[in-house]
Amino acid sequence: MKKKKNNDEEIASVRKRKRSREDWIVDGFAYGMAAILVIAIILPFMQVITVSMSPASVVNATGFHLFPTKFDFSGYKKIATDNNFWHSYLNTILRAVIGTSSGVLITIMTAYPLSKVNLPYRKGLMLFVVFTMYFSGGMIPKYLLIKNLHLTNNFLVYILPCLITGFALIITRNFFMSIPGELEESAKIDGATPWRVLFGIYLPLSKPVVATISLWYCVHHWNSWMDNMLYVTKSNLYVLQYVLQTILTNGQTADMETMTDVIIHTETMKMAALVLSLLPIVCTYPFLQKYFVKGMLVGSVKG
Amino acid sequence: MTAVTAKGKPVKKGFLYNMSHYKEYYIMLIPGILFFLVFCYGPMYGLVIAFQNYYPLKGISGSPFVGLKHFKALFNDPFFVSVLKNTLIISFYKLLICFPAPIILSLILNEIKCMPFKKFAQSISYLPHFVSWVVVSGIIIEFLSPSRGPINILLQNLGFESIFFVAEPKCFRGVLVLSDLWKSIGWGSIVYLAAVTAVDPTLYEAAEMDGAGRIKKIIHVTLPALAPIITVMLIMESGKILNDSFEQVYNFLTPSTYSVGDVISTFVYRMGIQKMQYSFTTAVDLFKNTISFILVILTNYVARKTNDYALW
Repeated sequence: MKKKKNNDEEIASVRKRKRSREDWIVDGFAYGMAAILVIAIILPFMQVITVSMSPASVVNATGFHLFPTKFDFSGYKKIATDNNFWHSYLNTILRAVIGTSSGVLITIMTAYPLSKVNLPYRKGLMLFVVFTMYFSGGMIPKYLLIKNLHLTNNFLVYILPCLITGFALIITRNFFMSIPGELEESAKIDGATPWRVLFGIYLPLSKPVVATISLWYCVHHWNSWMDNMLYVTKSNLYVLQYVLQTILTNGQTADMETMTDVIIHTETMKMAALVLSLLPIVCTYPFLQKYFVKGMLVGSVKG
Repeated sequence: MTAVTAKGKPVKKGFLYNMSHYKEYYIMLIPGILFFLVFCYGPMYGLVIAFQNYYPLKGISGSPFVGLKHFKALFNDPFFVSVLKNTLIISFYKLLICFPAPIILSLILNEIKCMPFKKFAQSISYLPHFVSWVVVSGIIIEFLSPSRGPINILLQNLGFESIFFVAEPKCFRGVLVLSDLWKSIGWGSIVYLAAVTAVDPTLYEAAEMDGAGRIKKIIHVTLPALAPIITVMLIMESGKILNDSFEQVYNFLTPSTYSVGDVISTFVYRMGIQKMQYSFTTAVDLFKNTISFILVILTNYVARKTNDYALW
């Protein structure tokens, strides 16, 4: 007993001795840098939130605006009455739901055959997909194509051109390839078709990867605005980020239909709109974070 | 007996046999393949208008062929040359700062042994990745505002003039690089952090036996373990040297900063979509995409020759 205690003390003293000056420097540097990073990321958000809920007198005063001193929610109230804003919010939710569900469906349907090693022409098909990840037609040919397909000013332009991505497809395929083939063999002996195998066996086993790619597609849809800017001019089809952009850059949104109400956006209103657009991301973020990270790691495994 | 040998060897079957035997698989592939064909290869076919004088009413088949006219015009266009220069300079800065930063962050996070703090720092640092460039530019412009921005207030307190960073040509590229850093550093570190945590702990113990301190362990154990993933990421990054981020630059760019911040994609947008010079801007895109593609192939080739880590 005593011996053991001695031994422990010895180890402890070794540990203590080992905490050299180098350790202190490395630790200090690591913790310090991490803390600086965290602060640098949080500060701009704090300022935006503070400005969004402050009265004009405070906003126009020079000085730090990192913590709210006086509260005034008139910015939020004014945004709440802006129908364009809420309409675009609805459009974005709609495109996120439709775009994500159809995207995930097509992704797994394409990934499953490509995960079959003995499928003829599989290599060629993979090359066909991978090539699009490194070479593209560019903005103008795509714009002309969409115009020729009569997708401009059509809700489908938010769904079809960004239906699936090569990266998500390859990750899903890799995941499918890691599922043991015996499951499929036995189901086939029982007479299951590939469709049944995919939706009855593979899909229930693929929850992690489905969650990951759904989140990617969903974030893409929530954040996209370029397709709106390029292909849509009808204001009732506008999406949130595009409306937000016009609010931020022009400081006003005109009601295109009537051209009567021009809503002037003050600094507080701009920031209130920003906060409102961030709200769904920030609220769901803590719960979904692990899926994002997991997906990123699945993805780093070479395809 | 013959059946076994036939099964043992891969037997080449005809196209029709394959199609009927794997019919259901190919049916499943149809929507996905159709998507890539229409929305990825369709625009690639559209690239032929770079060699034409494209008239929207006549379409691709009816427009006259003019050969390399637009490419010649490209390099004689003073705007394009300055735009190309801006793109290269901004990309170079980004490669210099935004590429190594996540690697350093992953090394830093790996040294932090207090798990709650590490988790917290990670969560916070990933957040900006999920925010669109519209919102990020709104946040950053507000943060750099001359009257409310903390940096400007500090400058004022130190007796300097406050700077309108976003509109100031001298600072504009810095704003682009740092806002990119702000948005991507945390997310970029995930891949490296995974590689760092996968390092065999016995390697550290062995290094410790040999008297290596923590800095030595980072240099001689952690960094070599990261080499393959760094190579792969560098290859992917090399393709982006000309592929500037339209979403980012467009949201920060104002006419006062065109001289330093106008890049290929914003130039293409202005000339192509707004001024309808379709053929000329398609030539720009084709030039850009070809160079990017060659760069990826080239860096991959070099990576494969010099060490064993390559993308393919």
